[in-house]
Amino acid sequence: MTFLTHFISGLSLGSVYAIIALGYTMVYGIAKMLNFAHGDVIMVGAYIAFCSTAYLNMPPWLAVIAAMLFCTCLGIIIERLAYKPLRDASSLAVLITAIGVSYFLQNAALIIWGSAPKVFTSVFDRIDNFRFFDGKLVVAPETLFTVLACILIMAVLSVFINFTKMGKSMRAVSEDNGAAQLMGINVNSTISMTFAIGSALAAVAGVLLCSSYPTIMPTTGAMPGIKAFTAAVFGGIGSIPGAMIGGILLGIIEIFARAYISTELSDAIVFGVLIIVLLVRPTGLLGKKISEKV
Amino acid sequence: MKNRLKNMSSYSKKSATAYSIVIIAFIIVSVLDSFGFITNSLYGQLVPICAYISLAVSLNLVVGISGELSLGHAGFMSIGAFSGVIVSTCLQHSIVAPIPRLLIAMAVGALIAAVAGVLIGIPVLRLRGDYLAIVTLAFGEIIRNILNCTYVGLDSAGIRFATSAEKLGLDPVSGKMILNGPMGATGVQKLSTFGVGILVVLFTLFVVQNLINSKQGRAIMAIRDNRIAAESVGLNVTNFKLTAFVTSAALAGMAGALFALNYSTIAPVKFNFNTSILILVFVVLGGMGNIVGSIISATVLVILPEALREFADYRMLMYAIVLILVMLATNNMQFRAMLDKAIERIKSAVGRGSKKEKQQAQTEGGMGNE
Repeated sequence: MTFLTHFISGLSLGSVYAIIALGYTMVYGIAKMLNFAHGDVIMVGAYIAFCSTAYLNMPPWLAVIAAMLFCTCLGIIIERLAYKPLRDASSLAVLITAIGVSYFLQNAALIIWGSAPKVFTSVFDRIDNFRFFDGKLVVAPETLFTVLACILIMAVLSVFINFTKMGKSMRAVSEDNGAAQLMGINVNSTISMTFAIGSALAAVAGVLLCSSYPTIMPTTGAMPGIKAFTAAVFGGIGSIPGAMIGGILLGIIEIFARAYISTELSDAIVFGVLIIVLLVRPTGLLGKKISEKV
Repeated sequence: MKNRLKNMSSYSKKSATAYSIVIIAFIIVSVLDSFGFITNSLYGQLVPICAYISLAVSLNLVVGISGELSLGHAGFMSIGAFSGVIVSTCLQHSIVAPIPRLLIAMAVGALIAAVAGVLIGIPVLRLRGDYLAIVTLAFGEIIRNILNCTYVGLDSAGIRFATSAEKLGLDPVSGKMILNGPMGATGVQKLSTFGVGILVVLFTLFVVQNLINSKQGRAIMAIRDNRIAAESVGLNVTNFKLTAFVTSAALAGMAGALFALNYSTIAPVKFNFNTSILILVFVVLGGMGNIVGSIISATVLVILPEALREFADYRMLMYAIVLILVMLATNNMQFRAMLDKAIERIKSAVGRGSKKEKQQAQTEGGMGNE
């Protein structure tokens, strides 16, 4: 039963990673950039949800929507001001700008909310623990709802990407930016849309993460951000099902490593597995093989 | 003299500029120091500046010259740092003079970092682009994680390694804890001096510039520019890439030892992902493959947060804004054109004034362009 408990909490952590990794992978697929500020958008989302419940007494569901709206706007603004002017610049220049944005968000949060950790009240605190098998298996509502939210997001996103006009144009832009433009697709608005979706998902991930691990600091987003980025690469960056699988596997590996091997070395084990996977499959689990033309 | 300068190749001219900048900076700082113009906070920054310059120059070898994005440079730095600390503590009684001990510590730090570079480089260099970047990041995190559970002690029986403080079984009387897991090294003797720091920078420049200017260096750059073409003329891609990677790791290890022996306490958390990124920022802002640029940007960006101290809480925010604006200014054509126009306008407006003012505007305009 402890195995099952660990498995479920791994699934829950993995779901959070998967939701964050989706933002990384979509932005990478479409704008071909590593958005290092994504992790900090998670943190901003969590702070907004915290403020709306603690200071404005909003009900939890409204707080989540407020956080999503705020982060969507934030994502679009960041893209417009910092990344759009660099659309034709080298990828390293964009990477450094993204790091600059990340510093900016962290330090802005430091000034607004201070460095002391805030205690985040779980958005599910009015729901009791779920009990299965005559009470032998206790699952916290956070855990269960995180997994459910992840499944829901994946389903909606798959439908959106595969069957709507916007989703089609997103796939077209990621396939060939120039050709998409010739076909009359507005590349700029497609990229903005991608950032908006990614940031809204980051807000959801922030709320879910801080519901399970209830402290927020200005640096809260950094480590989950790196882990989710790893997850996106693990699954094959640019691939949406890859981000889901990568995120969930990473979460499960992390929790099992923590439970059965060593707490201190869990991060080292996660990254070690990533390295081994990349050595066997150099473009990740579901990544496209890059063929070389001479 | 003039003729000799003319006859020098552009490469040796560039290397000469790099050396002379460092030496002139050393002389200026020494003179200012003897007149008491160097504030305490700046004085404390001198050795870190030297360490960061050599880290930036060595990372430039991988990112700029070899063309591989590495996000784990702080990992090599930390390996050098902690092996340097261990060596210097162990030799405390056998070699009393600080400078030789520092040099030995740095040499050992460089050697161990080079070994780590070989071990990491062989698997990593098979990958390309962003995948290589993420694996170097992963290695950096793994090194930090392992250092977080490494405990090293020294007592009459010799040096001991363990994975927890209890397992170390240190003799309570004569025992001395060197590395204490996440707490890092405490009670380290400060050995680093500005003079040695400058020597480290000069040595790094010597190694990197000679490598760039050699047959190997040209091969490395050929591989960067067109891997397939380089391979087809018979260059061993992996070997040359590994040469650049390991050299860079060794130099980072040396700089790490210099950095660590400048403080009395140093923890593994100091060498996290952010430090790797910081060094990468130096390289990119200075210009990829541009050694002089790395020196200048490392110096300016280490001093900048100190210089922004008057903004107090807002200084890191200012730093972030400056970073974004500089990237926009140097990489966006429209922004650049706008800036140039603004400068033109200022010039023509001031042009009606006296000549002196005009000259000033020009120098200001020149700075704005950077």
